[in-house]
Amino acid sequence: MAVARVKRLPSRPVILLLQVAVLIGFFLIWHVLTATKILSPFFFGTPLAVLERTWSDFASGVIWYHLGITLLETALAFVIGTVAGIAFGFWFARAPLVSIVFDPYIKAVNALPRVVLAPIFALWLGLGIWSKVALGVTLVFFIVFFNVYQGVKEVSPVVLANAKMLGASNRHLFRHVYLPSALSWVFSSLHTAVGFAMVGAVVGEYLGSAAGLGYRIHQAEGVFDTVGVFSGMLVLTIFVVVIDAVVTIIEKRLLHWRPQEAQTTNAQG
Amino acid sequence: MSDSAAVAAALRTEGADKAALRLDGVTCTFPSPDGRGQTYTAVQGVTLSVAAGEFVSIVGPTGSGKSTILNVAAGLLAPSAGRALTFGEPVDGINPHAGYMFQADALMPWKSALENVAAGLEFRGVPRREAEERARPWLARVGLDRFGDRYPHQLSGGMRKRVALAQTLIVDPKIVLMDEPFSALDIQTRQLMENELLDLWSADRKSVVFITHDLEEAISMSDRVLVLSAGPGARLIGEYRVDLERPRDVAEIRMTPRFLDLHREIWGQLREEVLKGYAQTKLK
Repeated sequence: MAVARVKRLPSRPVILLLQVAVLIGFFLIWHVLTATKILSPFFFGTPLAVLERTWSDFASGVIWYHLGITLLETALAFVIGTVAGIAFGFWFARAPLVSIVFDPYIKAVNALPRVVLAPIFALWLGLGIWSKVALGVTLVFFIVFFNVYQGVKEVSPVVLANAKMLGASNRHLFRHVYLPSALSWVFSSLHTAVGFAMVGAVVGEYLGSAAGLGYRIHQAEGVFDTVGVFSGMLVLTIFVVVIDAVVTIIEKRLLHWRPQEAQTTNAQG
Repeated sequence: MSDSAAVAAALRTEGADKAALRLDGVTCTFPSPDGRGQTYTAVQGVTLSVAAGEFVSIVGPTGSGKSTILNVAAGLLAPSAGRALTFGEPVDGINPHAGYMFQADALMPWKSALENVAAGLEFRGVPRREAEERARPWLARVGLDRFGDRYPHQLSGGMRKRVALAQTLIVDPKIVLMDEPFSALDIQTRQLMENELLDLWSADRKSVVFITHDLEEAISMSDRVLVLSAGPGARLIGEYRVDLERPRDVAEIRMTPRFLDLHREIWGQLREEVLKGYAQTKLK
């Protein structure tokens, strides 16, 4: 037990209220500054116009198509990157020679800012969704790869020996020991991986495409439509928050076996 | 149950090659962790045999390679010299007759208590459903029937040991290897667990090799106590037959005169080794 009592935080509804107050405050300041022309509405848009544009985009249904495209690219990049990361992570962790030989190259490729690959992918794969998926994959792959590698390497030797003594074959070891251990590492990096998948999709769209949220923002920028840019950013933000919440739910479901740091209700000695 | 020792002795004389477990001049040498090209010999020329149904304890000072002997018996470690036999067959790879209860936590943290107990059956090809149904009575036997869906981190240290015990015994190994299984527990929990283990053991006599540094634990549970010298190059230096009656209560038997005699006798020998071991760790 901690000696000093931590200062108590207010209850959840109060915190939620404060959080909403921050949001409203931000829009209010924005509104006042642009309404009084301290900030030019041309360069900064106005919150009401942005909200109105966002609302009309959703109401007319235009945005759903672009949202769908970005979501599809994100999902594909995430799935392909994760599967490839798991496969290679396992392979490298189980084959020391391979991992030593490829080590400098993996590090080099990972150090490369992946954005510079976007034009190459556009050249190879065209302006459709696959060039964006490819960009997302290069981002997701390394996160998952390193985590799986670590997860397999860090399997407790005692747990491994125990499973072997209980009669586990190599296939069993993979399924019951290595995979859960590696997956726990993958899931702990899930937020980052999903985030990167989306960065890949949006940046790819931004640099050259005919659909998606990144495309919408780029289009608006091209005609100095600041309201359009901010509206696009708003939609993107909502999109990210929703996806993040979904990931959190999935994470909670899949990692329920892990000890939680702040366990107060059913903490065991 | 005073005839159990006689039965064990008879089994041993009947045919030493059919012993549940037999180590023949086992020596284990490891590359030293601190020196380049240096080697470290953990155990040297260990020869021992454990009859079917016999409960044998190995005591020795810390760092005397007790776990190394178990790892060889389990087939997790190939000896540098000598050989291990189980029921007359050389141990090559994992010893199929052996169950192993580790000193450290060895439960799979991503499986619930029930799934952990069922794991051994599942590895042996029993369908998951059936394996879990068969695991339930085992959980009940170690007093955890209400805790099947808890994960290891939600259980106390003693509960985890019970799960590990059920996990090891459910696959019905002929030999149970135990590496200081209760050393992390407080004394009360420990005596409870020791009695439970003796109960489970007397229900269907398996061979048990029990490693401990606690001489009282060793004497109160075993048919035979083997003493290991201080490492490096630990050897077996003593063998004592424990002719105490069974069934035993580990707390009560410690008060009997025969127990105290045995304790004095074995401790006389073990004490020197412990001091030697202590002196060596101080030198390092």
